[in-house]
Amino acid sequence: MRALLAAYGGSLARAVAVHTLYVLVSVAIGFLLGLLAGILLSRLPRRVSGLLMPVLSIFQTIPGLVFIGLLFLALGMTPATVIVSLSIYAMFPVLKNTYTGILGVETKYIEAARGCGMSQLQALGKVELPLAMPTIVAGLRMSAVYTVSWTVLAAMIGQGGLGDFIYQGTTSNNNTLILLGAIPAAVLAIAIGGLIDALQKRVTPRGLRKEAGR
Amino acid sequence: MIQFEHVTKNYGKTQILKDLTFTIPDGQFVVLIGPSGCGKTTTLKTINRLIEPDSGTISIDGQDIRQTDKVQLRRHIGYVIQQIGLFPNMTVAQNICVVPKLLKYDKAQCNALVPDLLKMVGMEQHANKYPSELSGGQQQRIGVLRALAASPPIVLMDEPFGALDPMTREVLQDEVKNLQQKLEKTIVFVTHDMGEALKLADIIIFMEAGRIVQMASPEEMLEHPASDLVRSFLGKHTAENPAPTTVESFMRTNVLSVKKHRGVLECAERMARGSVDTLLVTDQDRRYLGTVSIGDIRHWGQGLASIEPLIRQTARTARVGDEARECFDYLLDSGAPYVVVLNDDDTIAGIVTKTSVARSVAQNLWGDER
Repeated sequence: MRALLAAYGGSLARAVAVHTLYVLVSVAIGFLLGLLAGILLSRLPRRVSGLLMPVLSIFQTIPGLVFIGLLFLALGMTPATVIVSLSIYAMFPVLKNTYTGILGVETKYIEAARGCGMSQLQALGKVELPLAMPTIVAGLRMSAVYTVSWTVLAAMIGQGGLGDFIYQGTTSNNNTLILLGAIPAAVLAIAIGGLIDALQKRVTPRGLRKEAGR
Repeated sequence: MIQFEHVTKNYGKTQILKDLTFTIPDGQFVVLIGPSGCGKTTTLKTINRLIEPDSGTISIDGQDIRQTDKVQLRRHIGYVIQQIGLFPNMTVAQNICVVPKLLKYDKAQCNALVPDLLKMVGMEQHANKYPSELSGGQQQRIGVLRALAASPPIVLMDEPFGALDPMTREVLQDEVKNLQQKLEKTIVFVTHDMGEALKLADIIIFMEAGRIVQMASPEEMLEHPASDLVRSFLGKHTAENPAPTTVESFMRTNVLSVKKHRGVLECAERMARGSVDTLLVTDQDRRYLGTVSIGDIRHWGQGLASIEPLIRQTARTARVGDEARECFDYLLDSGAPYVVVLNDDDTIAGIVTKTSVARSVAQNLWGDER
């Protein structure tokens, strides 16, 4: 163990740092994009958004490998390729949950908000988003945990992260190296999930907590 | 003052509102009622522009509401919905302050508002609770307060008590009526419950298929319903089915009676068991002879073989079919405990007591019997 740490400790620490950075940056970008797109989609008439959502879901099924490969052709072997592709992937769960979360707000609250004299924007900010927040944060959690594993692909185009160990391990048939990449990645995923659960509790108002168990 | 002039509204090919013209004066409690689909809720929602009419004008205090920005308009008109719709992410106090905040009241004003409003419905201690922690009745009280918070002169209520249990509904009706009178609001209230309409309204507007069938005070509507539909809605509230007035409707029939040749001790025993101080006495053929009291038995009863000598004929009698009113008057004036009601063949039909009087009064007041 000590020998392992001596040999790989420094590069492992760097890999974890790079990996985490990729995850944080791309989830942050993906969250903002997803939130925005989800809100915009929820404003469209349902006929239109009902057509768009399945199309967007198809994008989500394109394997990350393909996508990162394509972007690589366009942007080259740079961290930007990694960030852009991961952000787009991270966006989908948030987008979908934002959209369904907002549409899931009961009409009585919308009617009450309108009847009280809230503008569209005020109703969104004061009523719809807070009520959809548990669902939105669940989307964020999903996207963060997925992104931890997708970030492994960064190594494919030589951009570091824990994928380095896994690729080295698989090409040299070295299980220790694979585990050295896989275990920290799993721990990272669990840690980020836990962090978001804590956030979830914090952003859910007391009045909503009973319903927020989903 | 709210004025509707030739207001129409269509959904596709169906005409929901057909050329509505009417005026609601200030400070009135106006109830819109009618069968479902008659356009009452649509009418209500055109007032705060949640629904825009296709033609015609609606004006408040002489000003066409289309000239006011919708959002601004709604901030100056209270609105209460059936599903209550308190925002679950806000406390009671925050819910109450929604409209004041939209109107840019400062924090101190909002904070001062809350306890005063809560006091009106006796919920001072609930300011920091969330709606999910309140009962349905409490939630709708807050729903009403939210509508009143910025002191709008007009409050719209769309079947606000429809989802509440009957007991709570009654209490809230009283509270809202009191608030309306105290604060001198104009309230436009939608319901399908005629009892509620009669209880609350100064003016009832009865609608059917997008038109006004009758607009009148409750008294006038009760006396002169404009159509059969109105009459059927009024149902038990009208004078069509007169309340029973004859004695047999109010008498008790499970009375204790004895034959005249019965022994004194036996009668005393029966009185004790029945917890009464008097028995009705009949002859062999069950015809009424008079009454015997425990006092007489105690005084004169010793040594007598039967109660026959003790029978008195002091109790007032009435015949089946007589007006109950006379009996009631007699009972109340004389202080006598009962009137004996006899059938045509002199047998006992029952007795009318002061309890009967009370029941009759109750029926006249509330119009239902059990």
